[in-house]
Amino acid sequence: MAASQADYKDRQFIAVIGDEDSVTGLLLAGIGHVTSPPDSQKNFLVVDGKTETSAIEAAFESFTTQRKDIGIVLINQHVADKIRYRIDTYTAAFPTILEIPSKEHPYDPEKDSVLRRVRRLFGE
Amino acid sequence: MSGAGDREAVFPTRQSLGIMKAKLKGAETGHSLLKRKSEALTKRFREITRRIDEAKRKMGRVMQIAAFSLAEVTYAVGGDIGYQVQESAKSARFRLRTKQENVSGVFLPAFESYLTEGNNDFGLTGLGKGGQQVQRCRETYARAVETLVELASLQTAFVILDEVIKVVNRRGEYLPLKAEHVIIPRTENTIKYINSELDELDREEFYRLKKVAGKKQRDTAAADAEMKAKKAAAVSESNRENVEPKDHSAPADILATGEDDDVIF
Repeated sequence: MAASQADYKDRQFIAVIGDEDSVTGLLLAGIGHVTSPPDSQKNFLVVDGKTETSAIEAAFESFTTQRKDIGIVLINQHVADKIRYRIDTYTAAFPTILEIPSKEHPYDPEKDSVLRRVRRLFGE
Repeated sequence: MSGAGDREAVFPTRQSLGIMKAKLKGAETGHSLLKRKSEALTKRFREITRRIDEAKRKMGRVMQIAAFSLAEVTYAVGGDIGYQVQESAKSARFRLRTKQENVSGVFLPAFESYLTEGNNDFGLTGLGKGGQQVQRCRETYARAVETLVELASLQTAFVILDEVIKVVNRRGEYLPLKAEHVIIPRTENTIKYINSELDELDREEFYRLKKVAGKKQRDTAAADAEMKAKKAAAVSESNRENVEPKDHSAPADILATGEDDDVIF
């Protein structure tokens, strides 16, 4: 209805934007995928202190709108905070944006855009 | 009564009464269906939001454990494996499959994770030392990813349901309201009107029949009376004729025999 079958049947990868530890761990679990050359695209982005916000945004853009094979985008909450306005305005069902905690930054349910929507709906 | 309220412009006939009754039934069925759909969706939605809340908390714990096991790996391997891991990632072992669930005509997609066979990008990671820790870390993270996938399904369902409920409520509130406050009362009014008109016709008909019957009764009574009178007249006539010969046999003075009975015709 909201999303047709064709919209998500090919989405079989999980993308991740996060700090080195989170990305390493998730890659160890086996979610890493590099598309075949010539335009080999990674489905993960390591963000450290030096990474530009524009680079994060570009990766987010690429994972959410350009690539059609990603079903879930995992993003560290502290990284999500940097592009919060993009995440708050992102309303599509596919791919799903999931904010995950990182090692240094414990999870704060108050910041999560989906949880905030839940709270707003219940009038809290 | 018949003029009260809003009603449809129909002729009060039995046929249109039937049509109106069918219409009322349809409106009531549709109304309850829409209401039920909206209720089912809302129920589902509340359940999902509750589960999202739970799953998010669970995710916090799981990710903490996973991060800890990664720290163990770093300690055991004695160096950062991040770079090596990032470089050797080639093809995803962990993949998603989507399936659909149908809730009152709304398709909710759900992710399902599965592992592809014979695909190991990190065969050499931790070969020197800490291989066991690496293995354990992978398992921990695999479990974490499963939790994340579950959470992602819930979240997708949440986003879609949110959207659908908005639409259904817009339609589902307007239409039942319209059905409840406009269509159903109006149809009921029309039925009432038709019924009262038909009753009125019935009463008129009954009255007319009664009148006709009364008139008929009067006519018969009058006819009977006439017949009786005729009969009586005939009887008295024949009586007189019978009497006359007697008069002849005994010739008497007619004038002398007092007064005759009155002959009534």
